[in-house]
Amino acid sequence: MNEQEFRQQVADWMAAHLTGRFACLKHRGGPGDEEAYPSLRKEWEQELAAGGWVGLGWPKAHGGRDLPLALQLAFHEEYVRAGGPGRIGHIGETLLAPTLIALGTPELQRRFLPGIREGREYWAQGYSEPGAGSDLAAITTRCWQDEDGRWRLQGQKVWTSLAHESEWIFVVARSTPGSVGREGLSFLLVPLAQPGIEIHPIRQMTGEAEFNSVFFDGAVTEAGCIVGKPGEGWKVAMALLGFERGVSTLGQQMHFIHELQLVIDVARANGAGRDPAIRQRIADAWAGLQGLRYNGLRMLEEDTGSTKLRPEALIYKYAWSNWHRELGQLAMDVLGVAGDVRSDDDTVRRLQQVFFFSRADTIYAGTSEIQLNIIAERGLGMPRG
Amino acid sequence: MNLNLSDEQRALQETAADFLAAHTNARKEADADAELWSRIVELGWAAVQVPEELDGLGLGPVELALLMEEMGRRLARTPFLANVVLAQTALLQAGTAEAQQRALAALAYGERTATLILGPGLDAEPAALTVKARRDVEGWVLAGDAPQVLDDGLLTHAYVAARIEEAPGVALFELAVDAAGLSRTPLEVWDLTRPQARWRFDEVRLTADARVDDPDRVLAGLARTRVLAALQVAAEQVGGAVQCLQLAVDYTKERVQFGKAVATFQAVKHRAAEMMVRMETARSTVRGVAARIVAVGVDDPELAAEVGAARILATEAYRYCAQEAIQLHGGVGFTWEYDPQMHFKRAQWASQWFGATSAWRETLAAHLLDAA
Repeated sequence: MNEQEFRQQVADWMAAHLTGRFACLKHRGGPGDEEAYPSLRKEWEQELAAGGWVGLGWPKAHGGRDLPLALQLAFHEEYVRAGGPGRIGHIGETLLAPTLIALGTPELQRRFLPGIREGREYWAQGYSEPGAGSDLAAITTRCWQDEDGRWRLQGQKVWTSLAHESEWIFVVARSTPGSVGREGLSFLLVPLAQPGIEIHPIRQMTGEAEFNSVFFDGAVTEAGCIVGKPGEGWKVAMALLGFERGVSTLGQQMHFIHELQLVIDVARANGAGRDPAIRQRIADAWAGLQGLRYNGLRMLEEDTGSTKLRPEALIYKYAWSNWHRELGQLAMDVLGVAGDVRSDDDTVRRLQQVFFFSRADTIYAGTSEIQLNIIAERGLGMPRG
Repeated sequence: MNLNLSDEQRALQETAADFLAAHTNARKEADADAELWSRIVELGWAAVQVPEELDGLGLGPVELALLMEEMGRRLARTPFLANVVLAQTALLQAGTAEAQQRALAALAYGERTATLILGPGLDAEPAALTVKARRDVEGWVLAGDAPQVLDDGLLTHAYVAARIEEAPGVALFELAVDAAGLSRTPLEVWDLTRPQARWRFDEVRLTADARVDDPDRVLAGLARTRVLAALQVAAEQVGGAVQCLQLAVDYTKERVQFGKAVATFQAVKHRAAEMMVRMETARSTVRGVAARIVAVGVDDPELAAEVGAARILATEAYRYCAQEAIQLHGGVGFTWEYDPQMHFKRAQWASQWFGATSAWRETLAAHLLDAA
């Protein structure tokens, strides 16, 4: 099937299914809007799964479709173009699943991949801690094995997206007492519904609570719920982050196109589009978006079925997060004083979310400062200090 | 649309990079320029975009952009921009079939070397043109001043866009540089790698066949020439930015202060990383837009907007990289002896010709905001 036919197939499916009770989900539920309709979005995940749209890049042996990168990107683009809601299952589908496929045992793959693919089980990511942000290796959450082999956990994770909506969490914890840094860590899979775990929402500057603190107080998981061997947790954790910069992030450009169009619509309607300085900034935003788009296209490797990205991928997170932050500021400047007022209007609400939530874009998943270090050290070969 | 280079394109790029690294003339006297140019013509680079039926290589904007990027890295002082990117493109976009037959192969293989004269900074707007054309019994008479023309002294010909005096309209004329009544005065420019001259047309008499444009295509063709050339200059700007980054990284890895290479300091790393982000983003966009032109064609209604984006990103990237290359070299960055100053001057030159970023932004804004 060629790309055009595939795109048409996606568009047709979306038009036929993102209607009726799902219609209210259009353009909802992305970053900054994760609290919108969580249970309906889970049903939507199951709808997607039934349509064969989950696990597009997974190997066929694991129930995926093994589609080449270009078609995966085409799916993401058409999905967003149709107003597809933020994917509540993305941590499982795009982070944990590729990690299990690459590094998990057949038992783990059989046990967890079907729940992810069918939209039945949702996952949260337990990496950051109050004392381990950019310095992720400073993790102090401990884990140990009881005599029967079951793992127990003690400590606190933070900035955990969607923990309150998830069944499972993957946790990087220190299994070797007294170890420091990247040594002595293990990567565990832990059920969230248990007495040893408490989830506390973190109220963010938007007033909403998409993130949580997750407290482990003797929490338990089975002996086999570990990816890699005890002590290999850092390697597994880094492999997972490699997938984070994968193809799914390229699809977000369609969200950006949509958001910039909203800014343009407002500027045309309220007269801000006649202000010469605003005109220059809107033009810059559009040019910058072209830059992101062409960066993304250039990142795609020629060979198919791979989630590997070119070295240009190093610059991608830094570039899009800063672009998005600028767009948020531009949106509010275009709204003018009307931006002061909380609004239920779809356009205004979305632009206000971009303004506030984009402040997080340059912090999560590697701050801009960490990104620049990575670019300088891996991209330019400058020595570590 | 595929942004990956083919094996042939990669080979062309590598050949160009190797050749220019060994034969760069930016710091040599101008008498070295003729030799470099004749070597480049021998390599076939001037024939890249000439159609195969006119004995050219029949390639397109992607290959041209690869060459421009490499020439931008080395600040090669040649008539390539004037002769290939401007004069050939103007003939291809606005010229008659007969004029193309007569001149393109000559421009491709070194029998002729030409520049293009439009308004200041190569503005293609009819109102900006400063040379006027008047009919007389034998043909045409050109009069007026072109205050800043891309002219490195190796030219044999020029293509001049002039306003027709008696009837509203624009025409493109071909003339030899030794035409009677034409005087060229070299200008003392800051960017020594991009020589300019003032051209004075004092009743320059031309025969009727010196008019080479197709009147139906001349206005749109010249406007498109400027847009296509702006993309190629963006490629050249990317090449300059690449080199600035390379120079800065190499230097900071060598330079030791406080007992360490200064490249180990985050303040230095972050500047270099920012350079890379801007340069690579501009490079992706230039390559992407060139590939789009191959895929969609030059009639693409989005052409000017797409090129505008590439041009804005490349201009800002080159200026930033040139400025930061000076900063990261510290004191020596301010000296004549080190290369960053040459890029700083070229970056400034490139930011003003073919439309400044503020003008491109306004073009984009009108496209985005003012459409019906």
